[in-house]
Amino acid sequence: MDVGQMQRQWLDYTRSLFIEGFLDNQFLQLQQLQDENNPEFVVEVVSLFFDDSERLLKDLNFALDQQGVDFKKVDAHVHQLKGSSSSIGAQRVKNACIAFRNFCEDQNVEACLRCLQQVKQEYCLVKNKLETLFRLEQQIVAAGGSIPMMELGF
Amino acid sequence: MDCDGVVSGVRMGEASEEVHVLAVDDSLVDRKVIERLLKILACKVTAVDSGLRALEYLGLDQHKIPSQSNGFVEGLKVDLIITDYCMPGMTGYDLLKKIKESSTFREIPVVIMSSENILPRIDRCLEEGAEDFIVKPVKLSDVKRLKDYGVGGRINKRKLPDTTEPDLSSSPPSDSSSLLSSSPSISPSPPSIIDSPIRRLKMTTATHD
Repeated sequence: MDVGQMQRQWLDYTRSLFIEGFLDNQFLQLQQLQDENNPEFVVEVVSLFFDDSERLLKDLNFALDQQGVDFKKVDAHVHQLKGSSSSIGAQRVKNACIAFRNFCEDQNVEACLRCLQQVKQEYCLVKNKLETLFRLEQQIVAAGGSIPMMELGF
Repeated sequence: MDCDGVVSGVRMGEASEEVHVLAVDDSLVDRKVIERLLKILACKVTAVDSGLRALEYLGLDQHKIPSQSNGFVEGLKVDLIITDYCMPGMTGYDLLKKIKESSTFREIPVVIMSSENILPRIDRCLEEGAEDFIVKPVKLSDVKRLKDYGVGGRINKRKLPDTTEPDLSSSPPSDSSSLLSSSPSISPSPPSIIDSPIRRLKMTTATHD
């Protein structure tokens, strides 16, 4: 595959992530903050998001596993996860967190456990997608090409 | 005005110096993003993870002996403080209050960020003296709008007490996540937070300092 083909593949893949709702406009915002002097910015922020999320998902597991569930704590963790997913544009994770918080209010353990599963699933999906995207970027750069700029009007 | 050169933002002709922003957020992801946004606008950034750390940085740490907690830190110049609202321990609102209580720092514009667009919360922050309120996630257009607070912001307000503030941002208001374009109960058309009754009241009392 030549650089041009790889770039087209990257564009198609990125577009699909938006169309399928995995990513929203905030991700584009982050891409626009990247330049030759900060070529790894998006990867760095997303890595922080991955670390943060994995910690929060563990904490959520733990909190919901308790005899007397502290829903305030659960809600606080979900709120944090909602915040960081929103900040990187991980739309489906964010939406799953919003739904989760509603069940925290109801103090419904069963429903919360289901929500946690949903959030985990969305997180795993977007993690895979982003890692695939970053691999494509690495290939383009290794072949001497540059990452295209996503346009807003697609 | 009893403030001397320690407090910046009220001095004119500071355009050649970098705007120094103190960013406060418990989220590492958000700190990274806000830092990048501010650096793109050529600001110097100090990012801390809590209200307590912010107070320590400003020299307002109350664990020190009283004569050392008046906020005088040699060579410190902070032009703008931007803080998250929801933080464990000290909220952004608590931090705002502490800053406005300080004779050394009360003139520094404080901007609050929150993922939740809750009108009473926004009003409370503005009433307490917050300069502006940004709904997260923070975008470049939000930060562009703020930068003008850090340099000569107060001077602009004094000149224009009752007129609509000129559009300081270079991007259209429609993609801004400011409270005015996202809140349903406030007119979605143009900018000014200056136009709100609370702001006008604040400015009137401020000019009589």
